[in-house]
Amino acid sequence: MTSTLIEQNVTPTSSNWPSWFVAEQKTALADYEQSPTPTRRHEAWRFANLKPLDLSTFVDATPVSAEGRLINSSTGLGEFSAKMVFGNNALLHKSAQSLPEGVIFESLESAATNHADLFRKYFMAQPAALGSSKYTALHKARVATGAFLYVPANTSVTLPIEIFHWAEGNNASIFPHTLIVCGENSSVTVLDYFKSADKLTALACGVNDLHLEKGSRLTYIAVQDWSTTTTAFHINSTNVDANAKCTALIANFGGGFVRGESLSRLIGEGSRSEMYSINPVEGTREIDQRTLQDHIAPHATSDLLYLNALDDRSRTIFAGLIKVEPGAQGTDAYQKVRNLILSDDADPNSMPGLEILNDEVRCTHGATNGPVSEDELFYMQARGIPRDKARRLVVNGFFNSLLERIEVTPVRAHLSTLLAKRLSVG
Amino acid sequence: MSLNIQNLHANIGEREILKGLNLEIPKGQIHAIMGKNGSGKSTLAKVMAGHPDYEVTAGEVTLDGLNLFEMAEPDERARAGLFVAFQYPMEIPGVTIANFIRAAVQARLPKGEELDAVEYYELLYKKMELLKIPRNFTSRAVNEGFSGGEKKRCEILQMAMLNPVYCILDETDSGLDIDALKIVSEGVNAMRSPERGMLVITHYQRLLDYIVPDVVHVMVDGRIVLSGDKSLALKLEANGYDWVEKEVLQQA
Repeated sequence: MTSTLIEQNVTPTSSNWPSWFVAEQKTALADYEQSPTPTRRHEAWRFANLKPLDLSTFVDATPVSAEGRLINSSTGLGEFSAKMVFGNNALLHKSAQSLPEGVIFESLESAATNHADLFRKYFMAQPAALGSSKYTALHKARVATGAFLYVPANTSVTLPIEIFHWAEGNNASIFPHTLIVCGENSSVTVLDYFKSADKLTALACGVNDLHLEKGSRLTYIAVQDWSTTTTAFHINSTNVDANAKCTALIANFGGGFVRGESLSRLIGEGSRSEMYSINPVEGTREIDQRTLQDHIAPHATSDLLYLNALDDRSRTIFAGLIKVEPGAQGTDAYQKVRNLILSDDADPNSMPGLEILNDEVRCTHGATNGPVSEDELFYMQARGIPRDKARRLVVNGFFNSLLERIEVTPVRAHLSTLLAKRLSVG
Repeated sequence: MSLNIQNLHANIGEREILKGLNLEIPKGQIHAIMGKNGSGKSTLAKVMAGHPDYEVTAGEVTLDGLNLFEMAEPDERARAGLFVAFQYPMEIPGVTIANFIRAAVQARLPKGEELDAVEYYELLYKKMELLKIPRNFTSRAVNEGFSGGEKKRCEILQMAMLNPVYCILDETDSGLDIDALKIVSEGVNAMRSPERGMLVITHYQRLLDYIVPDVVHVMVDGRIVLSGDKSLALKLEANGYDWVEKEVLQQA
């Protein structure tokens, strides 16, 4: 059965795109239609809840009605170097205060025209490897705009760049996209926010691709705060070349069903990829995350730490694989998921994994489940803090210990504030 | 007005630790409890605080007439004015000292009232200065990686910030070198007040050179068996606990 999404098959912004891309979108749509809907027999969808994959109720997003309000609500850090605000598949606002010369920060469709070579080299260059190729095909078929950032070699963007993606309206489907390319020895910090303008249900099918050339440094923070009934796919691929370092943190504060896929490819010697995620989940929300640390080059390191705090009847799935290719001697890879269990009805599923094709490596992986320590709660209560607040403080502390790994101080402080607000402990 | 403990019996599991303990600490006084390891001193502190591992089987405790055991949750007792400085304070990863104490102060405000952050930090820094705690301490996680001395100073800092009516200090001197002991004692002495009663639990007389008690009690096997003025502590130091036990046995 085809979904409404396909039947509508309109490409309202196609005029903004070069014709070769419009042609590729047609192919992508055919791919989407022809790809079977995943089943649990597929390893990449083990334990997955397949119900949210019925996308038939979602419709094309109409232009936002509250444009001014959304732009005004798109505030993050006090100081930033540039900002883009998207709402329902359209660019609403762009400002660039202090970008160094040569930095390209444009909408995706204008980059496709103005910087066609760069765009063609990097746009969705890495096929989805973790199960969601059907949904990346849908994304490609329907993407209307997005953020394109290119930092040229030897250029440091001092202040962070912020990107906001808004969803508005009932059953609106949106396709956020962020593409970041860091030239050799460049450095930049990007915050990518995903927000709902209302409490209504939406479909978000997003892609974020990060490319780090030799010696570059990228700190990428995704703050996902969709409405609690939104279905969201967030598919990432990260390529890290020699001696480059990527620190990526995904905070899933919202969403009813969230499927996240993160692929880090360590393609150059001495590269490093840090993959972090914090997931406070409650109610019947589900966070389904699949990761791959693909060590292709020697002497690279990857460090994955995912933290879930599960309350009520919430559910998490973590399936991660460290793959060490034959040539990747001297690999140092770490993978850990920690589940803080706040309710007997919560359902954490962890599947850490290793596939090692080289002997000279150091890999550790593991998953732990544990409740909030009664001793910690007692100590806090003994200071007069009510039990429920104490519990939320412990959860806040659990996530905060990961935030400490974010080296950019104002970003860390900002995330800490957002987290405290999210957990009502501020 | 007093902290009044009457005939307190408490178990951990099947084992009775407190076996009919009587003790009254009037406001304005500092009392000390001394006793050997295993006499039940720390159990008393934890039972008062409401630790879930202990079961009170008999007896009554009142806080200026308020029935302590009617307050089931430890946080109610704390907000009613009781403070216990623990011998082994818990580590709470990721929760900073500043946020922890702030949450505790906030919990004492009437519903809907927000803590004034500027005033809070002014007071916090003032109390930290008194305890010779460096300012960057506030951004460290509660007790995580603290030395023994830092943990105890952190307990006293909390006590100073929360302004309790009755304080129980459980072996606050353990793990402290002489300099740290002096600083902690100064912090405690600064809180001496006609409006506050304190109970200092210790194994050694040394602490009582710095925090001079009004009354010294000796605890043996879950009961107070002997009480006297501060000279009793010196006598215990000189003669050990054995003579007390003999004396108690003779009386029995």
